[in-house]
Order: sequence, then C-alpha cells, then structure tokens
Amino acid sequence: MKITVAGEKKEVADGLTVSALIELENVETPQYVTVSVNEEFVDSEGFESTVLREGDEVEFLYFMGGGR
Amino acid sequence: MAFTNEQLERYSRHIILKEIGAKGQKKLLNAKVLIIGAGGLGAPAALYLAAAGVGTIGIADADVVDLSNLQRQVIHTTNDIGKRKVDSAAETMRAINPDVTVNTYYDFVSSVNIMDMIKDYDFILDGTDNFPAKFLINDACVMAKKPLSHAGIIRFKGQLTTILPGEGPCYRCIFKNPPPKDAVPTCKQAGVIGAMGGVIGSLQAMEAVKYITGVGELLSGYLLTYDALKMEFHKIKLPPRGKGCAVCSDTPTITELIDYEQAACDMKAH
Repeated sequence: MKITVAGEKKEVADGLTVSALIELENVETPQYVTVSVNEEFVDSEGFESTVLREGDEVEFLYFMGGGR
Repeated sequence: MAFTNEQLERYSRHIILKEIGAKGQKKLLNAKVLIIGAGGLGAPAALYLAAAGVGTIGIADADVVDLSNLQRQVIHTTNDIGKRKVDSAAETMRAINPDVTVNTYYDFVSSVNIMDMIKDYDFILDGTDNFPAKFLINDACVMAKKPLSHAGIIRFKGQLTTILPGEGPCYRCIFKNPPPKDAVPTCKQAGVIGAMGGVIGSLQAMEAVKYITGVGELLSGYLLTYDALKMEFHKIKLPPRGKGCAVCSDTPTITELIDYEQAACDMKAH
C-alpha cells in the first residue's frame, strides 16, 4: 500500500503498524517521538496496535532542545 | 506620535510595504517583545527586531559570553567575551537602533520569576537551549495568554511553531512531558551548524513582526521543520488545540508552573 511519511510517498507492506514504521524509518530516539496519523496524534501506548491504512499521512515530531 | 525625518528614512523599506506602511511601523515602535535566551536563536532574532524598530525589547539570559558561543551567537563579538550576554546583546541592539529601549534580565527563567518577566510584553520568543525552560515558557505563556514563538535547533536541523494561547495548539499538545535528562542530545553534546540559529531565529523574528503588525498568517497550528542537509522545509499540520492537553485544554490538569530538573547542557551556576 502507499502511505505518506513526512510528506514523502512510500510503498509499504499492508498491515504495517506505527511501531513497525518507526523501526523501518530508523527514527532517532524512538521512545520520545510524537507521531501523527492524518493530523491526529497517536498515543505512544498505541504505536503497536495502530495499523496504518492506504493513503495515511504519517508525521514524526522530534524533540529539539537546542537554541543557545 | 509623528515620525522624525530620521525614522522615515530608517524605516523607509518597511513603510513602503503596503502590508506594513506607516501604521505598521508605528505598531512596531509601540510593541514590546521579550527574548528568552541571548544565544543561537535569540541573537539573530534580537538583531532583526532591534533593526525593525520594535520599541521595547526584553532580553533574558544568565550566562556570560564564551569563546565557543561566537560561532553562532552573532550579536556578541570577540571583545565581549566574559561580559554578561544580556549586556553585550543590549549594547549591540542600542548601537543598531537608538529608538529601541532594551530591558535586560540577568537570570534564568524559573517558576518564581517568569510570570512577572512576561507580563508586560506583547510577544515572547523562546531561544532557550533546554527542555525544562521550553516547557516552563510554554506553560507560563499559556497561563498568561501570551503569544509565543517556540523553536529548537540541533546539528543541521531546526523547527519552530507559533503558539496562540486559547486559539492554537501549544508545545505540550505535541510533547506531553520533557524527555528524561540527557535522553535527547543537546547542542553542546551533538553540535549545531552556526547558520541554523540564523535561519530559525530570523523566522521567529518574522513571526513576531507579523503578529505585531497583523500581517499574513502565523505559524499557529503547524510545526515548521528545516533540514539543512536535505535543504527541505516541511510544514506539519498539528491537531487542534487542547484535545487532552494537560495545560491548554479547557480542563487543564497542570495549573501551576513546574521547574523540571535542568539538563546538563550549558547550565552554569550563577
């Protein structure tokens, strides 16, 4: 199926979960990433159980603590 | 208040813009912006806001200028090493534009001082380098209903969002709590490309100017990310405000400011 990850279209396996996508995308500090699917945040407890569907738009939001 | 001839010339490139005009420039001259952190983000933001004629600029920082700051903190010079950052920044801003009144706060923000610090300002700009400060500033701005430009930078990446309390989502809508100390790298540990502060800090200044003058659309409800290596900007649409947010929902569970433990970064005892 086709999904969009951070604005980029990708072909992924049917039934892919959010946690599997996190692994596939080599997300840095995966335990602290915020994930949105179709402009809704997914609770981190729901990463395992959230199955992605064709056309889903996924975003990863990262902590960025620098500034000074 | 009428413009002096000098002001008409100084701000001519603003005044000629139909979106700004004399009216917008007057709004800038009457505006008060607080910049928290006189470093990578705060330095370029302060330079542009002073040049733009923002009438009152507050600058807060409890650090002194260090040689390792000069790679990115463009408001300070080699001669400023050892000076308080707020004094060095204030000198530069006054030298750029004598129209600007600069208030300095030689202090780290905490639950004790932040409400008093932000209360007289129209717009707050977060240029701090640690999560406890970023969460504190977010919560204080939500509670005091102060518009805020939040930003973060690391390595070749940066991001920002504009928080309009009561209207759009806040920082805590995205991230519920700060990460544990040292779980996410800081600039000191991971490095940051100097111009990143320039890119993101200038965007923060742009949001402040747009908010003050009422021009265009603010970055509320979006997180804008910038990846310098890929040379990509990406605008992430955020869910609406408050849905279960501990601080900005209509039934908040956080109603008092929290001083989280400071991360190791550059925190020095003062």
